[in-house]
Amino acid sequence: MGRRTAEPAARLSWPVAVLAVTALAFLVLPIVGLIARAPWGELPELLVRAPVLEALVLSFGTALGSTAICLVFGVPLATLLARAGGWRALPRRLLRAAVTVPLVLPPVVGGIALLLLLGRRGLVGAPLEAAFGVTVPFTTGAVVIAQVFVALPFLVFAVEGALRSANRRTELAAATLGASRWQVFRFVTLPLVAPGVAAGAVLCFTRALGEFGATITFAGSLPGVTRTLPIASYLAMQSDPDEAVALALLLLAVSLVVLLSLRDRWVPGVRA
Amino acid sequence: MTAGDAARRPALHADVRVVRGGSPITAAFDVAPGRPLAIIGPNGAGKSSVLAALAGLLPLAAGTVRIGGRSVDGLPPEHRRIGLVFQDYVLFPHLTVLDNIAFAVRMRASRTTARTAAEPWLDRYGLTALAHRRPGELSGGQAQRVALARALAAEPDVLLLDEPMSALDVEVRAEMRAELASHVREFGGATVLVTHSPADAAALTDSALVLESGRVTQRGTLAELRANPATPYVERLLEASSD
Repeated sequence: MGRRTAEPAARLSWPVAVLAVTALAFLVLPIVGLIARAPWGELPELLVRAPVLEALVLSFGTALGSTAICLVFGVPLATLLARAGGWRALPRRLLRAAVTVPLVLPPVVGGIALLLLLGRRGLVGAPLEAAFGVTVPFTTGAVVIAQVFVALPFLVFAVEGALRSANRRTELAAATLGASRWQVFRFVTLPLVAPGVAAGAVLCFTRALGEFGATITFAGSLPGVTRTLPIASYLAMQSDPDEAVALALLLLAVSLVVLLSLRDRWVPGVRA
Repeated sequence: MTAGDAARRPALHADVRVVRGGSPITAAFDVAPGRPLAIIGPNGAGKSSVLAALAGLLPLAAGTVRIGGRSVDGLPPEHRRIGLVFQDYVLFPHLTVLDNIAFAVRMRASRTTARTAAEPWLDRYGLTALAHRRPGELSGGQAQRVALARALAAEPDVLLLDEPMSALDVEVRAEMRAELASHVREFGGATVLVTHSPADAAALTDSALVLESGRVTQRGTLAELRANPATPYVERLLEASSD
């Protein structure tokens, strides 16, 4: 469309080009290897085996559940974060750091922390068992909790970015043009925020689906109860590599679908 | 809209006191249809706050705003029939140029009706070729046209312009000034322009009011201000612009 004058293509020096191509190969070759070595012929048979189907149903069920929970609690948290702009520096930074922790924390550490909080002798786990006889670890519920812990920041940051793009002045402009409060929400706020919420939910779902470390630590690997696709794939690698590769392909396919559905929406607000 | 409409457009009476950031801003003025008023003043004098108060975006601490003798105090912005062109335009980033201009009509009619109503504005503002662009793909001058067309397509009784030139490159300012002046003439209703540039003011009107530190320090025609500046600010401002 040529809406801005195109910048002249800067020439890359050859060391930069070589290193860049190496980095690219490093990212792409493992995927190529996986696809090349996949047992394509047996794939249909491998994918309908009982343990595979069990893990598939469990993974999609828990990932959808944790995405729903992340939406319910994450959108308000993103709103809080977007409004925190006017706060003092210290509480604002602490809030942001708290949301960022699961992104930088090794998932296994998250799993251990959840175990210490919600385990039988944990801070919250002990009174929970005493009062209701409920034990959380090593249940399907624990799988969902572990996924929420690691995936929530993805949703929160995506939605926060979208909320910033739908700033207050845009809403005021709509009001001066005759839009009622409901119309401002319907015609301005919602369409500006919705793509960010959708992108955040998709990222959140992908992260939850791939969750391994926190899940295996906090929820274990009980077939049909807590053995999700990544865990099943890891375990199958030791007994039946073909099954492991089939499971890996399944997860790869989901990732590719997500990648295509997001395209240039990685950064919300840049291009709605 | 024909020139005959202008005579029937209402006048604006404002006597406002607002508090912004702890300091009070007071201004009282009348604006007749077809004779725009320029509110001139340094940055931070409270000019934009006065416009926000007129539009209903900022509550009045005291005073009244009347349009054609009818008080709009207590009315929310959407019921005041006051169009506001923001300094940075604040176009809707998710809507095309066409739908930005159609927005006001869309609030009370179907999408088709609103788009049909917006068509003549595209034509009049030279935006037909850009109808399906998003605001992110427009130049400053184009965005200004869209912002003005969007405000006027709502058929407001009063038009408020907040520093309409400040977001534009210097090279296009002179051209856009003339264009803006012709559109405002065509509108013909009560118009208030906020600016810190005497050249912007002169392009639209000769009626001016000077606001400094939240108070009106002088009012009159630009020529009167120049001949008899009441404050050092007015003197410096009009001296610098005389050449």
